[in-house]
Amino acid sequence: MNEYLQEINALTMRWVRRLGREKFSLLFTLVQPMLFWLIFFGNLFQRTADVQVVQAPSYISFLAAGVVVMTVLNNGLAGGVDLLFDKENGFLERLMATPIRRSSVILSRFVFVMTLTSLQVLVILGVAYLFGVRPATGLPGVAVILLIGMLFGVGLTAISMALAFSVKSHGDFFSVLGFLSLPMIFLSSALVPLAAMPAWMRVLARFNPMTWAIDAVRPLILSGWETALPQVAMVVVVMLIFDALCLYGGARAFRRALG
Amino acid sequence: MDRTIAVATSDLGKVYDGVPAIQNLSFQVYAGEIFGLLGPNGAGKSTTLRILITTLRPTSGRATIFGYDVVADADRVRSLIGYVPQERAIDRFLTGREHLLLLGALYHLPKPEMLRRIGEILKLVDLEQKADRVAKTYSGGMKRRLDIACGLLPDPKIVFLDEPTLGLDVQSRLRIWEYVGRLRARGITIVMTTNYLDEADRLCDRLAILDGGRIKAMGSPKELKAGLGGDIVSVTVGDADATRVEALAAALKGLPFLRAISTRAAGVDIRVEAPEKAVPAILEVAQRIGCRLDFIDYHRPRLDDVFMAYTGHPIREEFPQASDE
Repeated sequence: MNEYLQEINALTMRWVRRLGREKFSLLFTLVQPMLFWLIFFGNLFQRTADVQVVQAPSYISFLAAGVVVMTVLNNGLAGGVDLLFDKENGFLERLMATPIRRSSVILSRFVFVMTLTSLQVLVILGVAYLFGVRPATGLPGVAVILLIGMLFGVGLTAISMALAFSVKSHGDFFSVLGFLSLPMIFLSSALVPLAAMPAWMRVLARFNPMTWAIDAVRPLILSGWETALPQVAMVVVVMLIFDALCLYGGARAFRRALG
Repeated sequence: MDRTIAVATSDLGKVYDGVPAIQNLSFQVYAGEIFGLLGPNGAGKSTTLRILITTLRPTSGRATIFGYDVVADADRVRSLIGYVPQERAIDRFLTGREHLLLLGALYHLPKPEMLRRIGEILKLVDLEQKADRVAKTYSGGMKRRLDIACGLLPDPKIVFLDEPTLGLDVQSRLRIWEYVGRLRARGITIVMTTNYLDEADRLCDRLAILDGGRIKAMGSPKELKAGLGGDIVSVTVGDADATRVEALAAALKGLPFLRAISTRAAGVDIRVEAPEKAVPAILEVAQRIGCRLDFIDYHRPRLDDVFMAYTGHPIREEFPQASDE
């Protein structure tokens, strides 16, 4: 067990070290989601957004939940990129020729992506706080938000890694990613509440795990424990099923890729 | 002679989508020797190597490394081997030393032992000075040396090199060959793949010629060359074109002391028993059919002649020029 932890630790530290080396990338990673969505979008649509429709004191407070889950989405879906490059340049094979447990590589990626995502979520909530968004459930609520983020993130990262192992060329990987992320964002309750969407979009959004996550995070920010708790309970169940499916698919792709 | 067997394969095969990449591969590598898998691109060398280093599963047959099965005892095998891949399998954002520290952790080496070995290996591959610079700044040759350092870190009993000097300049090649010699001197068994005849001839104690996924011949370079029996007479035809060359080959076919003929773009290679008798006869035939010869020589069989004899084609399709030696 000790050795297993040593492996995961060493592999995770590799990602940390790399992030530290790419100074620009690090900065961009931490800053990007808030800059464009929360600050610009949120403030831009401040007056356009009807307080009655969004049922929130301000559009930014409505949007915050969406931005949190969008960050989880983007990070999760991009979580397999580094593995893709490792596969292509032969570094993955080098790692596989060592006596490590096969799953160490995967787990190190999960640990890294989850940790980074959680930090980003905290930064987002921090910036939202500066714009007057106070989470109705306080710090415990923030902890629950992080938990939901991690649950969702696990499944997404698994999808990303499965994709990384399955694609023939990395162009395919990025195409699929692009094809998935934007529709997922718009067909969710990130920008507009479900009730305000045209019927056909609402139907599609209901099948989107993002919507479930957002509809649990939002009450944690805007409403309070009473409204939030049942949503949270539901989303945990949904995410566990989602994660189980994704992890199963991911494990199969991984095993197949190793020949 | 009772020698330890380092690698033993038995009827090894790998099929991709119904197409066999390798089939019926059976060979043995003795401990302490340098064994080569020689063949052109696509012959199945890398496939074989990857099965031996346990990153690929065979679809048939078995392979063992020092007695441990590469599938059933994969972890045991992984702790015995070192691997130097064909591409520069390094992380541009890590320093040389960080690569070795990472691998040291993955091999579960105790810290003091790991640091000692890292120091030693960096010295061995001449990367001491640049060890703390990120790999992005390394030259091609340095990246290769880092590859080698990574392969040697676990102090393996056997090292697998995949095309170690592919695409390198002359100086780097000589350097790598020197390292390989040093490894051998330490008693490490080496299995290498290559498509360079000069490399195989120079380094390998024994080699297997691979073509189209099968072993066509196996033995020491010396044995293989002697095994051809006879010398090779090479003639280059003046104003060479396909028809002239074919005509010459056809005319020569009848000669008694001829073992084999093969044609090249600009001439013919003839394997004969006694070149001193063969040469005049060949000249006479050429004259008879009015074929002008620009150049004629004879030599003891070289590895490219061996390759040609067992596979029916040269290892690389190229214009006849000074051979790879």
